[in-house]
Amino acid sequence: MKTAAKNNGHMYTVSTLTREIKFLLEERFPFLWVIGEISNYATPASGHSYFSLKDTNAVISCVMFKNQKRGLKFQPESGMKIVGLARISLYEPRGSYQLIFEHMEPEGVGSLQVAFEQLKKKLASQGLFEDVHKKPIPFLSSKINVITSGTGAAVRDIIHVAARRFSGCHLQIVPVKVQGDTAKDEIAKAIETVNLASKKADLIILARGGGSIEDLAAFNSELVARAIFESKIPIITGVGHETDFTIADFVADRRAPTPSAAAELALVDKSALIQRITQLRASLVHGMGQKINFFQQKLDDLNLRLKSPDRIIDDLKNRIEECDQRMKRTLKTRVRHNKERVSWLQKTLETRTPLVNIREHKRQVDRLSASLGKGMEGRLFVWKTKTREMGVKLCAFNPISVLDRGYSIARILPGKKILMDAADADLDDKIELVLSKGRLVTRVEKK
Amino acid sequence: MAKKTFEIALKQLEEIVREMESGDLSLEQAVKKYETGITHSKYCLDILEKTEKKITQLTRGNDGSMKEEPFDNE
Repeated sequence: MKTAAKNNGHMYTVSTLTREIKFLLEERFPFLWVIGEISNYATPASGHSYFSLKDTNAVISCVMFKNQKRGLKFQPESGMKIVGLARISLYEPRGSYQLIFEHMEPEGVGSLQVAFEQLKKKLASQGLFEDVHKKPIPFLSSKINVITSGTGAAVRDIIHVAARRFSGCHLQIVPVKVQGDTAKDEIAKAIETVNLASKKADLIILARGGGSIEDLAAFNSELVARAIFESKIPIITGVGHETDFTIADFVADRRAPTPSAAAELALVDKSALIQRITQLRASLVHGMGQKINFFQQKLDDLNLRLKSPDRIIDDLKNRIEECDQRMKRTLKTRVRHNKERVSWLQKTLETRTPLVNIREHKRQVDRLSASLGKGMEGRLFVWKTKTREMGVKLCAFNPISVLDRGYSIARILPGKKILMDAADADLDDKIELVLSKGRLVTRVEKK
Repeated sequence: MAKKTFEIALKQLEEIVREMESGDLSLEQAVKKYETGITHSKYCLDILEKTEKKITQLTRGNDGSMKEEPFDNE
């Protein structure tokens, strides 16, 4: 066998064999469409993307170079099912083959749809859709920038609605291309430009009529989304038909389903507003009238209830009169009552008078006084007799009666000490002599 | 900022009418509110009457300068 192989067969080196296989493969599959799921997707610094494409039973290594990736409308990622145009290639140094992708599309949905979802997710995660960034729509704009095609139905619709709702508003149209490759740049530039204008508008309407997702591409671009987010002027979007939602709608401060609806949101209905104010004014006048009536009535009522002092005085007089009457009546009753009581007491008293007793006692007193007088007289007579007897007896002892018999009483002066002993008197002492009749003052001359 | 005060004036006017109709105001307050209300309503109506129709077009020349001109859609 070995010999036969050597003789009949061709002897390959690894390199030639590999080259032949490579040739075979590349010739057999110059370009091919392949369907599968991406896994292990990686993009190193080179910018080329390396990944595997697999289904349930097999796996192939793949690469997509930077230049080809530029044409993609979406960002490939692991887990994504794709359909792609590729050629097969064998990398000789490693003996491995791989698919080199020229183009790919997400399988099932269109690539724009995927791109839309991806951008939406990205911007949402960066907070561009959040309500805190939404600026309020001015109640009454005096100038509005309309960024849209200068020729489409959208601008006509907006002008029409504006004229109907609020004819006075200044609409400044900023014509831009709304589809095609330059559309997103023009729109972003327009938003930037009107934000820089010296006399800034109060509001921007960004509008476009309906179209396919390709037609609306500019409104789904990150460039326009960022321009809307950066705008200092509030933006209302009115893109496509009712059901179309674009990225621009999510970033905008307010989304209207159509250009006409955007104009309606942007502008209050002037006639309704005037009607409302007129109505309020009428209510105010009416309310004031009622208020005045109310106070007038209240005043009248109070006036009626306000008493004049005359009436008060009359009232008081009446009261005094009445009190007077009552007082007199009461007094009379009292007096009569007391009188009756007194007379009753008098009668009672009379039946119990002490006069009888008094007379009796008086007689007794008289009787007693009479006997007392008699007793006293008797007693007095006894005492008088006794006194006279005593007087006679007393006269016998009277020193004066001794004097009558010629004796005298000597009393030394001063002091009138009765002199009984001559020794008691000194020479020249004055001696009083009491005689029966009169007295003499003498002096001691000799002793 | 005229539109800002327009909105405030309108809100205040509504509030005044509501207060007036609810009726707990003293006469002095009512008179004061009435005067304010009438002023506001006049102010609002004036603003609405004064505005005039204007549609222009903003374009950028080749040199980058901006110019504004009447917009003709017809």
